[in-house]
Amino acid sequence: MELKDTRSGFGAGLTQLGKSNPNVVALCADLTGSLKMNDFKANHPERFFQVGVAEANMIGIAAGMTIGGKIPFTGTFANFSTSRVYDQIRQSVAYSEKNVKICASHAGVTLGEDGATHQVLEDIGMMKMLPNMVVINPCDYNQTKAATIAIADYIGPVYLRFGRPKVPNFTPADRKFEIGKAVHLQDGTDVTIVATGHLVWEALQAAKTLANDGISAEIINIHTIKPLDKKAILTSVSKTKCIVTAEEHMLNGGLGDSIAQLLGRNNPAPLEMVGVNDTFGESGPPMQLLEKYGLDAKAIVAATKKVIARK
Amino acid sequence: MPNIPELKDICTQIRRDILRMVHANNSGHPGGSLGCTEFFVSLYFEIMNHNNNFSMDGINEDLFFLSNGHISPVWYATLARSGYFELAELATFRKINSRLQGHPTTHDNLQGVRVSSGSLGQGLSVAIGAALTKKLNKDNSYIYSLHGDGELQEGQNWEAIMYASANKVDNLIATIDYNKKQIDGSINDVLPMGDIAKKFRAFDWEVMVEKDGNNLEAIISCLNNAKDLSAKGKPVVIILHTEMGNGVDFMIGTHAWHGVAPNDEQLADALSQNPETLGDY
Repeated sequence: MELKDTRSGFGAGLTQLGKSNPNVVALCADLTGSLKMNDFKANHPERFFQVGVAEANMIGIAAGMTIGGKIPFTGTFANFSTSRVYDQIRQSVAYSEKNVKICASHAGVTLGEDGATHQVLEDIGMMKMLPNMVVINPCDYNQTKAATIAIADYIGPVYLRFGRPKVPNFTPADRKFEIGKAVHLQDGTDVTIVATGHLVWEALQAAKTLANDGISAEIINIHTIKPLDKKAILTSVSKTKCIVTAEEHMLNGGLGDSIAQLLGRNNPAPLEMVGVNDTFGESGPPMQLLEKYGLDAKAIVAATKKVIARK
Repeated sequence: MPNIPELKDICTQIRRDILRMVHANNSGHPGGSLGCTEFFVSLYFEIMNHNNNFSMDGINEDLFFLSNGHISPVWYATLARSGYFELAELATFRKINSRLQGHPTTHDNLQGVRVSSGSLGQGLSVAIGAALTKKLNKDNSYIYSLHGDGELQEGQNWEAIMYASANKVDNLIATIDYNKKQIDGSINDVLPMGDIAKKFRAFDWEVMVEKDGNNLEAIISCLNNAKDLSAKGKPVVIILHTEMGNGVDFMIGTHAWHGVAPNDEQLADALSQNPETLGDY
């Protein structure tokens, strides 16, 4: 399996948009290389805006640039794309209904060695609480590239979350990205496992282990946390009668939290959630951090066995 | 040549509008609104090339951004008196189901508003963004913006000020409403900011200081000079000395009317100082 970083998928998508959509502009807060925006910058210097280490200003400029028809893509780390500029996004982008694409790399603990100051685990929650905001967390390079291209055609604010480490690139390169439409990866009958971002791959690995134990898992990739594909989730749970959620994010406010609301209102089936439990991250190699914080295939297997026992 | 008597009549009527709007729901910000009335009338009735048949994109017209959104009463009254929406709608200010929210918003498609403001310090960045898009679109129109002086205490402004000069955003004319007052008192009591003009010069802006910021002729001449200074590689800022509460004797010279509405008696007194000119809404 080819290993590729999702941020490079973003960079490749942006490169393609540079050619196909003259209204796309890109802004970056001193992280052009990290966000893989170099190609766009080289190909379209007149449409690339280096704002320096000034994220609040970047969000405001992006909001203003929409007036007159531009489609701004802002690029910085996920922490500086959200918690640092929450009020700017809230007022100048979300409340103002501006067509800004907030593109956020290095999300979650897999940012790795830089440690907790940079490992935002609250961003999905913050962004999904904002009215008008679409929240997308693709799982691999191909899907991130496709999502980047797709959001340019959607009119309205979008938060696009991706990451730093090289991970398996397993989704088809030619699959069109549909905002808000869950991707069914594997049929199963005993449990529904819904995952987002890097943990989709972990969920697929967990499914193999579970199969060896005679457990049939249905795997759904929820790349769009808002709007949530409620129908896909409820349909699957009506069959399997239990569900596990998995995300590289805080349990409070994440995908699992959205699904708990959905089930509570519609079909209160047993639910287990894989995510970070009310703690900050730390420095370390990405995959060791996934293991330590209970975000890997092993954790998904354990949660699955627990939820099935509760049926 | 501007018709100053006519513009003065508009100012007087807008002052009445502001006072009546704020009084009607016993909330809002009359002080800064009254202090900026001449500025708004100069912009909308003399300086800006703008179209009251509103489009969000505003192609080939000048655009205005209000960063200190709390002085919405003067903006709403100016927009209504410019024909952006019906005068009668001013009566809905701050009431439920109104498009005239306490602080301006695009949320309800109010003609004339292009971004929400109220949480301070964000408007200059937005104005810069709009100015950059004008340049990309080869649209030679101007971007105007207004900011409170106390608002400059928000750090985002200085990010934006640094960016605009470094990137030669020279189709932008920002104005600072320099009334030297903020909610808790005078700027010098709350957080002294020293010489604001000097600070902008240090950031390589073209700086104009207008000490007569409640005088229509002075403002119009200043804004015309600002246009002449534009397109020369530097953003332009006008430090506009204004009197908070201007036009109402008991509101002038104090920060007390920043966000306080007049009672019935005070309203009657204030209106008697600003007799009806164009007809109340």
